Amino acid sequence: MQFHSPFEGAWADPETIHTILTGEWRLQRPVTREARCSHCGLCFLFCPNGCVRDRGRHFEADLDFCKGCGLCARVCPVAAVVMVEEEGA
Amino acid sequence: MTTATDLRVMDGNKAAAMGVLLCRPDLVASYPISPQTPLLEALYRASAEGRLDAETVEVEGENSALSAAIGAVAAGGRAFTATSSMGLMFMYDAYLFAAGQRVPVVMTVATREQTAPHTVSSGQQDIMMVKEGGWIQIVTESCQEILDSILVAYRLAEDPKIQLPVNVAYDGYYLSHLSEAVRVPEQAAVDRFLAPVGQGKRPVLSAAAPLTFGAFITGDLYTEYRYKHCQALQSALDLVDALDGEFLAAFGREYGGSVETYRAEDAEILMVGMGSHCGTLQVAVDALRAQGVSVGVARLRMFRPFPRARLAALMRGRKAVGVLDRSVCFGWGSGHLFVDVKAAAADLGGAIPMVNFIGGLAGADLRREMLERAVRATAARARGDQGPEVVWLNLE
Repeated sequence: MQFHSPFEGAWADPETIHTILTGEWRLQRPVTREARCSHCGLCFLFCPNGCVRDRGRHFEADLDFCKGCGLCARVCPVAAVVMVEEEGA
Repeated sequence: MTTATDLRVMDGNKAAAMGVLLCRPDLVASYPISPQTPLLEALYRASAEGRLDAETVEVEGENSALSAAIGAVAAGGRAFTATSSMGLMFMYDAYLFAAGQRVPVVMTVATREQTAPHTVSSGQQDIMMVKEGGWIQIVTESCQEILDSILVAYRLAEDPKIQLPVNVAYDGYYLSHLSEAVRVPEQAAVDRFLAPVGQGKRPVLSAAAPLTFGAFITGDLYTEYRYKHCQALQSALDLVDALDGEFLAAFGREYGGSVETYRAEDAEILMVGMGSHCGTLQVAVDALRAQGVSVGVARLRMFRPFPRARLAALMRGRKAVGVLDRSVCFGWGSGHLFVDVKAAAADLGGAIPMVNFIGGLAGADLRREMLERAVRATAARARGDQGPEVVWLNLE
């Protein structure tokens, strides 16, 4: 019998937690055109997954967790975020 | 050996409250519902009078009651809640969570029928509705056994190898509201009995050493937790038998672990039941033994996990088995206990004549003469008589 957890139930140490990369579910990915980004932070506030990161002068999605819902592109007042089809495996 | 005890007269709800007080819970959260309400009243009175050092949470419903208890246990505490019937149904999602997440809550159920037809009367349908929920279920026969089983329940629940919630069930009204002599153990003896379990023996939520609790799980890891849950639940069968000996040494009383027998050793006919009417059944057995009928009783004390091996061993070589049910298993047209007892009998290979008696629904009386009739009907099957597989005692 091969076990992966030292616990009896769904407890986990945050250091070794079994993490699900929700980015694997994505069909489209958001791409931030850095030059157009006004750093207003609306995408950061609206992201339902909480996966938009502040890169200093612009915001962009953490693609490990971004599910590609497109809300960041929809709320961007300067159209800096565009959705691009995922291709390949 | 036997410690000094205080002999008092009390009903089943008071006996349950006494058992809970002796286990020193950190939190009591419950919502009133007949017939368990006087138990809650006793605990809240004890809290008001300073005899219970626990958080008492007034909740707006049973789902919150069990959820509050789950939170307290996850934080390392000992928690207690109680319910009956529709209250148990209303906490169903929290009920499944407590087991799957391996949260060792102890909850008494003063058993009651389910609506509809509407009633508040006694029956065992409510605990049967949740028998596949992954909890340990203990079913008691007397007020003394209620108190004693709560002590054992915390030993089972909080055992590091088990870490599972436990129901202690007792028949509504027949036990919850009827008084008997009950020996109340000394606090020090209970403290010693519970010393092997308690804080620090299992994972807890703590800001100092954070752990996630109740995370989203898929596939292989989910399967692993299900496997561990199954193993832990089955291991309670051995532990409850072992604890029976430890309980005897500490308090001078024993119950047979998962199954208690009465005059069963040489019996040709075995009657199987669960709950307060098994006391009446013993009186019926005595009367019939005096008339030459070779009959004994196997009373299940633990319904989940099901004591399959012990019950099969007890049925081996019997000429017929009669099973008493106070609930109805829709889809089989019999009682719930009958379905499980038949499954255990299959382990023996050969077919034993078996007959099911449904009775005592919604407080309908299960009188001694009715149980004597059930024994005689079972004895008739042993002689090869034909008859229906399921007999509805109160409709005959």
